[in-house]
Amino acid sequence: MQSETLIEIRDLNFAYGARSILNGINMTMSRGKVIAIMGGSGSGKTTLLKLIGGTVRPSSGYVNVAGQVIHQLDRDALFKIRRKMGMLFQFGALFTDLSVFDNVAFQMREHTDLPESMIRDLVLMKLHAVGLRGASHLMPVELSGGMARRVALARSIALDPMLIMYDEPFTGLDPISLSVIGSLIRRLTDALGTTSIIVTHDVQESLKIVDYVYFIADGVIAAQGTPQEVSESVAPFVHQFVHGEEDGPVPFHYPAQAYRADLNLENNLA
Amino acid sequence: MQRTTMDLWVGLFVLVGIGALMILSLKVGNLNAYSMAQTYTITGNFENIGGLKVRAPVKSSGVVVGRVSNIQFSTKTYDAVVTMNMDSRYQFPKDTFASILTAGLLGEQYIGLSVGGDERMLAEGDNIMKTNSAMVLEEMIGRFLFDKAAEEEAF
Amino acid sequence: MLNRIVANIQDIGHRVIDSVWRLGNASRFFILVLLKSGTCLRRFSLVIRELYYTGVLSLIIIIVSGLFVGMVLGLQGYETLQKYGSESAVGTLVALSLVRELGPVVSALLFASRAGSAITAEIGLMKATEQLSAMGMMAVDPIARVVAPRFWAGVISMPLLAAMFSVMGVFGGYLVTVVFIGVDAGSFWSQMQGAVDFRFDIINGFIKSCFFGVAITAIAVYEGYDAPPTAEGVSGATTRTVVTSSLVILGLDFILTAFMFRGIS
Repeated sequence: MQSETLIEIRDLNFAYGARSILNGINMTMSRGKVIAIMGGSGSGKTTLLKLIGGTVRPSSGYVNVAGQVIHQLDRDALFKIRRKMGMLFQFGALFTDLSVFDNVAFQMREHTDLPESMIRDLVLMKLHAVGLRGASHLMPVELSGGMARRVALARSIALDPMLIMYDEPFTGLDPISLSVIGSLIRRLTDALGTTSIIVTHDVQESLKIVDYVYFIADGVIAAQGTPQEVSESVAPFVHQFVHGEEDGPVPFHYPAQAYRADLNLENNLA
Repeated sequence: MQRTTMDLWVGLFVLVGIGALMILSLKVGNLNAYSMAQTYTITGNFENIGGLKVRAPVKSSGVVVGRVSNIQFSTKTYDAVVTMNMDSRYQFPKDTFASILTAGLLGEQYIGLSVGGDERMLAEGDNIMKTNSAMVLEEMIGRFLFDKAAEEEAF
Repeated sequence: MLNRIVANIQDIGHRVIDSVWRLGNASRFFILVLLKSGTCLRRFSLVIRELYYTGVLSLIIIIVSGLFVGMVLGLQGYETLQKYGSESAVGTLVALSLVRELGPVVSALLFASRAGSAITAEIGLMKATEQLSAMGMMAVDPIARVVAPRFWAGVISMPLLAAMFSVMGVFGGYLVTVVFIGVDAGSFWSQMQGAVDFRFDIINGFIKSCFFGVAITAIAVYEGYDAPPTAEGVSGATTRTVVTSSLVILGLDFILTAFMFRGIS
């Protein structure tokens, strides 16, 4: 498999006002791989996807996708590169006023001049890939969570992108839908030769399908490695995260003053 | 919703909207060329029409028998030429007397026809010879004051 | 004590700065919508879809309200005018009130609560469910694709709805005074047509409703686009749309009336 670099992230910093989200992130992602970015809630994973997609600008450092520095692009160039990116939002973000078919056809109609008959064939092919060809006439409200996620997946691969980003693709799914989505991500990545970035905190499911894992905690990369390395890791943070232990480097307690002091016990004893 | 159904509804909506604008302009506003079913036109010259308006009724014995269709000032006779569209069902003698009357004290003004005794009837384009002008309040008051003053002088 | 006064003054200052910010943002957004209208005016089917939702679905409320407003006007006008023996002027009263004021204003208020709130809620929900972000990530500008068609549909529907409201109102007035009470139909229409001027009354009423249409939809799309992406955020934005547009309609109505009917009796 080729190991040509698609995304390069160097010394990336990002802050919302005074609140620092990401501090000096460095990543390199190759074409054709499935990469997972893991971390606790609020660790800045989704922000990282937004930085790659160019919806927010970094405070310093840069994201380079296919040789172009994202935050230096003007609007037209950014839209041009976004056509080659697919993104799966947390709850699918299907257009509720369009049918499943029209959702998948959306980008083709907006960005290409293909005749309607060809769009129909392409849409049915994409829907077939996620197993929902028979649901093309349904409206998004009629779909279950897992089906909506699959339709959104079909929509994000509509224009055969070079990069697909998944924002929490496993959240709120039952175990069956969860493994369906997981294997779809792997299969589509291999079939289309795209690069997939999965932002998730579902360790077990993602370790089955990814090629490389980054752990983000407090805005820095806490650990990284292949799934094998990660599961065998003895680093305290990784071990806590992978095995879901409630206390460890990520403490159970939010930082507070001493328990005794809070309950005014010390004064009484004194 | 089907595209074609939606297009149909929107098309209807726009048509009805434009229709409403047309009604406002033609029926409510005065961009109107009114015509009765079967009419004949007669004219009458009035020295003063007061507040008579186009489309005011023409009545005889209180029954509406026609409508004022046009009011113009004539530079030949220096008075107002009122054109009336009369309902063809009603025919009036040549010597009919037309006067401008007021409905109530402050009401609208209309043309009242008092029937004469001529055997020939008014026909299309005829002119009513006998007319009586509108009562104009200011003139009446003016005349009243003038008379009063004259009376006092006489003493 | 001094601290409290300072805090109060700060509060006032904060509110003023906040309002100016919002106004500035709204104006910038409005200009963006106008600049990005090219797409939807070229692909007019986008606007037609929204015309269905804003215009056609507002028809019932507009027609029914117009009819009743006209009937009430006719009844009240007749009651008052017959004391002076000039009940035939009731047509004038109904038509002038409707064409100049009630038609544009009441239909705009109804439109704001029927269509304006729906636009805000729809755009706000699309934002809350990340549909707008998804569209942006698909390299489709949500302002051009979602906001602009709704804006233009509202601008087109408003004057048409106001005209229908006025026509239904006049019809309602006719129904009550001529058909039920028995005022002479001829003098009803003739007095009305004598008093209603095409240029001063009908055109000015039309212009008013166009202004209202722009104001309502601009507020509605801005509030929706600006809504915090939560359930409370969207419901708050919907309420703000109705309140703000109603106030703007009435304020704008006063300003427009002052300009249009100055020196015309």
